[in-house]
Amino acid sequence: MSAKTLRIAGVTRTFPGQRASAPTLALQPTDLSVAPGEFVAILGPSGCGKSTLLRIVAGLDQPTGGQVLLDGAPVTAPGPDRGMVFQSYTLFPWLTVEGNIRYGLRERGLPEAQQAEVAARFIARTGLRGFENHWPRQLSGGMQQRTALARALANDPEILLLDEPFGALDHQTRELMQELLLEIWEADRKTVLFVTHDIDEAIFLANRVLVMSARPGRVKAEVPVPLAYPRDWTMKTTPEFGALKARLMGEIREEVRKAIAAAG
Amino acid sequence: MEPLKPVSPGARIALGAGFFAVFIAAWGLATYGGWVPPLFLASPGRTLLAGWSLLTEFGFLGDIAVTIWRVVGGFLIAAVLAVPLGLLMGAFKPIEAFFEPFLSFARYLPASAFIPLLILWAGVGEAQKLSVIVIGSVFQLVIMVAGVAGATRPDLVEAARTLGSGRLAILRRVVIPAAAPQIAETLRLVLGWAWTYVIVAELIGATSGIGHMIMDSQRLLDTGQMIFGIAVIGIIGLVTDLLFKAANRRLFPWAVL
Repeated sequence: MSAKTLRIAGVTRTFPGQRASAPTLALQPTDLSVAPGEFVAILGPSGCGKSTLLRIVAGLDQPTGGQVLLDGAPVTAPGPDRGMVFQSYTLFPWLTVEGNIRYGLRERGLPEAQQAEVAARFIARTGLRGFENHWPRQLSGGMQQRTALARALANDPEILLLDEPFGALDHQTRELMQELLLEIWEADRKTVLFVTHDIDEAIFLANRVLVMSARPGRVKAEVPVPLAYPRDWTMKTTPEFGALKARLMGEIREEVRKAIAAAG
Repeated sequence: MEPLKPVSPGARIALGAGFFAVFIAAWGLATYGGWVPPLFLASPGRTLLAGWSLLTEFGFLGDIAVTIWRVVGGFLIAAVLAVPLGLLMGAFKPIEAFFEPFLSFARYLPASAFIPLLILWAGVGEAQKLSVIVIGSVFQLVIMVAGVAGATRPDLVEAARTLGSGRLAILRRVVIPAAAPQIAETLRLVLGWAWTYVIVAELIGATSGIGHMIMDSQRLLDTGQMIFGIAVIGIIGLVTDLLFKAANRRLFPWAVL
């Protein structure tokens, strides 16, 4: 069970300019508090800085100003307390499915038997039974992301950071993966920070959706999702879901238009 | 024939053997047909006879063994020096910045030009032969290994960091396994170059080896022996190449080589 509170305090990020061009402000001062067990979706148009924010929480990128605090302790580097699943396929190609899932456990120096036991549990939970000894290149995109999710979960992180993990998958696989993630979260109630540009995905999974503005990004709206868990796919056709979707679409459309105008 | 369309394994072998046949036929035509005088080029049959007498009367197998041991020895010394340094350079950019400019200079130094100096320093023994091979391959190898290690996917390094890996764990558990198949390919390539250097080393100041035999045969104007010696190097090269490829496929089943 996760118990740590995540606090993002005035985090900004400016990317230095290339040669003569001016520096780019990617993230305006952002504040956010995530209580243990929350599932927060960060929704925004592409290039709005939502991935940058997640990478800063992971410790893979450093903020230009402000800080990220985990139970009051500042985060400066990546660590196993914040598990991450990336949009790109990042399984280690030289390890089997099971080897990938055991990666973090081995790093922690867990005894072999315990590693095998934990790996087997997450292989079962993510529906990977029978694929334990496959190489990543033998897996479909969906199976690779299942393994990546199992790899992050096996490490028992305080917070799960998901950066558009299903973004590269086809629509049907994507929906199945959402249900799988929901099922796992409903059982474990681990804190999740989920970056996406898919409105349905954000509503279906999260109990709170943050809408980010076009670059330079800031949190422009915070929309609670008062739909009861456990949820299933039939929820997507309810009027409540539709009303939330309409509201978020309104917020997002405006930002997408701004983003396109800025790019043009 | 369609562009980029693969051929079947059987056709590949047949075509590959076909060119050997064409090559030997052209050689036979040039020599048996009297186009080239035997003084300059021995016929295929004479070459085989010369080879037979080399092997049975002149202890050529001993020469072959000596040359193989030199190649393998020099190559292993170069690999032991180059692979760790190359990995460190690829993974840690300050180390690369420190060594890279010098290595880029050093790799253009022709190994053969060192032979007179090396004879002065190390005499005409085995140390000198091995040194030529090491000088010829070590600098290239370091730079190539550094390039391979430096090309490790940054997203895999990031994934490892979020799973709790520190600096050395990333080198040991990500950079090295990720680079291993390409490093093995690089070693295969450099082993081929080592064969060139060993023969150059043996042409000067040697009393044994394939290169020495070729030099001796030149004094006797025995083109059959010379060609046989050269062909033996080619055959050994081909066989080691195939063995290396098979070993790489076995060692790295996860990679698509």
